[in-house]
Amino acid sequence: MISIKNLHASIGDKEILRGINLEVKAGEVHAIMGPNGSGKSTLSSVLAGREDYNVTEGEVTFNGKNLLELSPEDRAREGLFLAFQYPVEIPGVSNVNFLRTAVNEIRKYHGQEEMPAKDFLALVKEKSKLVELDAKLASRSVNEGFSGGEKKRNEIFQMAMLNPKLAILDETDSGLDIDALRIVATGVNKLKSKDNATIVITHYQRLLDYIVPDFVHILYKGRIVKSGGKELALEMEAKGYDEIKAQFERIES
Amino acid sequence: MIETKSNITQTLLDQLQENAPKVDFMPDTEIISAIRYLEEKGIPNNKHEDYKYCNLEAVLRKEFKSVEQSFNELTNADIAPLKLDEAINLVVVNGNYNEALSEKMIVKGLTVKSLNELSASEKILLSSQAKSDTDALIALNAAFTGNGLFLKIETGNIIPMPLHVIYVNSGSSNIVSNTRSFIHIGASADVTLVESFFNIGTGKVFSNFVSEKFVGENAKLTCHTFQNEGALSYSVNTNQVKINKYSNYSNTTMTLSGELVRNNHNVVLADSNCEAHLNGLFISNGTQQIDNHTLIDHQMPHCESNELYKGIAKDKSIGTFNGKIFVRKDAQKTNAYQSSKNILMSDDAIINTKPQLEIYADDVKCSHGTSTGKIDTEALFYLKARGIGEESARKLLLQAFAQELIDKIEIPSLQERVLHLFEKAL
Ligand SMILES: Nc1ncnc2c1ncn2[C@@H]1O[C@H](COP(=O)(O)OP(=O)(O)OP(=O)(O)O)[C@@H](O)[C@H]1O
Ligand SMILES: [Mg+2]
Repeated sequence: MISIKNLHASIGDKEILRGINLEVKAGEVHAIMGPNGSGKSTLSSVLAGREDYNVTEGEVTFNGKNLLELSPEDRAREGLFLAFQYPVEIPGVSNVNFLRTAVNEIRKYHGQEEMPAKDFLALVKEKSKLVELDAKLASRSVNEGFSGGEKKRNEIFQMAMLNPKLAILDETDSGLDIDALRIVATGVNKLKSKDNATIVITHYQRLLDYIVPDFVHILYKGRIVKSGGKELALEMEAKGYDEIKAQFERIES
Repeated sequence: MIETKSNITQTLLDQLQENAPKVDFMPDTEIISAIRYLEEKGIPNNKHEDYKYCNLEAVLRKEFKSVEQSFNELTNADIAPLKLDEAINLVVVNGNYNEALSEKMIVKGLTVKSLNELSASEKILLSSQAKSDTDALIALNAAFTGNGLFLKIETGNIIPMPLHVIYVNSGSSNIVSNTRSFIHIGASADVTLVESFFNIGTGKVFSNFVSEKFVGENAKLTCHTFQNEGALSYSVNTNQVKINKYSNYSNTTMTLSGELVRNNHNVVLADSNCEAHLNGLFISNGTQQIDNHTLIDHQMPHCESNELYKGIAKDKSIGTFNGKIFVRKDAQKTNAYQSSKNILMSDDAIINTKPQLEIYADDVKCSHGTSTGKIDTEALFYLKARGIGEESARKLLLQAFAQELIDKIEIPSLQERVLHLFEKAL
C-alpha cells in the first residue's frame, strides 16, 4: 500500500522528520504514538501533500506511484485520505456541495461519469448514518460552528463518502465523548477491508481497544524509535515515554 | 495655449457643446452655472482627495480625446437579451428614456415617464440632492443630460413586481453619455428596483450617470445595481439618496465588468428611525479599476446603517472602497456598521480601503472593519486533500466569499445572471 523510506522533512531550516521508515500493507492497521511535538501530524501532512514542508530526503511509494510527485488532490484521488487533527472551517461552502465536488472530481480522475444526484444523496444518507452524523450538519458549511466532536465525526463521514485505500486518522479520538468514540471507531471498523489500510495516530489506548492495530510505532523527535504489536501501546500507556526518551537521548549523544 | 489640466475638461466641453441634447426640465441657468463650475474645477484627477485612486482626467485624456457622439438607435432585438423575466422592463438608451422599447404595464400607483414630462410640482425636488455646484460629475451631467427617466410610486402603493431599468449605451465611436434618473417613492410605498448598466456599442463610452432617489416616510425601496458594461466602458455612477422617517432603503451593487467603474453612493438619513443598507460585490481582472465610494449621512436620531462591500481583484486590477460615515450632532442612538473585505488573487492586484468616520454625537454605536488578504491557504489545502483540484477549490472558496452578497439578490433571474457572470469571471 504505502512504503516510506528514510523520509526527511523540514519547515524553514527546522528539520522535523528525520528519517522515517514505514511499510503498510493492504488490510493492516498501524498505530502511531509519541509525545507531543514528535512529528506525527507533520508526517501525515507531508503524506497528504501540504506545501509548507520541504521533503529533503527519502521516498514514498503509494500503490506503485511516487507519492511525493503528486499534487495533494491527486494523492486524494489515488486513495489517500487524511482525517485532520484540526479540521478547517470553511464558511459558505456547504458540506454537501463540497463532498459532491470531491466525489465527482475523484470519479473524473478515474474516467468515471459524475455520480447521479439521487445516488449521491442516497450515499450521503447511508454514510452519515454510519457515523450517526446529524443530517442537518451535512447541509451546513464545512465544519463551521461544529463542536470539536462533530468536526471529528465529519472527518470520518467524509472518509466514508470517499472510500479511500489508505486512511490516516490524526488524533480523531481527541475531543470525542465516550459514546462518540465508540460510534466513530465502529464506523472506521466497518469501512475496513482486506484492500484498504489505516494509520491511526493517537495518544490513548482506549481508541485502540476498538480499532485494534496490527502494529504500533513510537515516533520521537522525527523518527520511529520503537515498533511492536498491539501490546506496545498498552506498555506505553502504563509506563509513559520516559524510558524511550532516555534511551533515545543516549543514542543521540 | 499651453496644455493645462483644465484644457482636457475644456476640450471635452467644447466637443459636447457642439451637439448638446436639448432638455426642457433642466433650467438654462443651471446649465450655465454647471459649465462654469466645470471650467473652474475641471474633471477630477488623482490630486483630488476623493479621486486619489481614480484619475478621471487621465482617462479622458487617454481614451476620450475626441468624442464623436455617434449614438446608435436600438431595437427590441437589442434589448431583449438584457431584460429580466420577472420584472417590468424599462429602457433608457444613451441617456434618453425610450418609451417604445419599454414594457407598458398598468400598475396601480406607478408613474413612469421621461424627465421632460415632469409637472411643475414633480419638479420641486429635482436637483435638490444632486447639486451641480458641488461635484464636477454632477455638473457634467446637469450640463449635458439626456431626457432621462422619472419613476414615481404614489403614497401607500406596494408594487407587486420588480421594476427593471435597463440603462444601455451604444455608440459606433467614442461617446460620452449623461444619463439621469429621478426616483420618487411615496410615503408607505414599497418597491423593488433593479438598475442595470450595459454598453452594447462598438465604441468606447464614458458614462456619467446621476440618480436622485427620494424615499418617503415609512416607505421601502429595495435596489439592485447590476453593472456589466464591458471592456469599452468607463463609468461614473452617482446615487444621491435621501430617506425619510421610518423608511428603509437598501442597495446591492454587483460589478461584473467595466474597464473603470466609479460608484458614488451617497445616502442622507434625513429623519429619525430610518435605515440604509449598502452592499457591494465586485470581481475584477485585467487592468480594470473598480472604485466604490459611499457616504452615509446620519442627521437624526435612532437610525441605522449597514455596509458590506466585498471585492475580488485579479491580475493587475485595482479595487477601492472608501466609506464615509457622518453622524451629526442630533443623530443620537445611531447604529452604523461598515465592513469591507477583499481578496487579492495576484501579486499585481491592488486594493485600497479607507473608512472615514466623523462622529459628532456622543451616544452612538459605530464600527468599521476592513480586511484584505489572499485566499485562505488552509481551506484550500483542506479541499485539495479531498481530491478537489486547485481551480475548483479556488472557485468554491471565492463563491463562498461572495455568497452572502449574491444571496441578497432576491430576484431569481437576476441572481442567476449575476452568478453566471461571476463564475465566468473567476
Ligand atoms: N508550520 C510550522 N512552523 C514551525 N514549526 C512547526 C510547524 N509545524 C510543525 N512544527 C513543529 O514541528 C514539530 C512537530 O509538530 P507536529 O504537529 O508534527 O507534532 P505532533 O507529533 O503531531 O504533536 P501532537 O501530539 O501535539 O499533535 C513541533 O515542534 C512543531 O512545533
Ligand atoms: Mg499532531
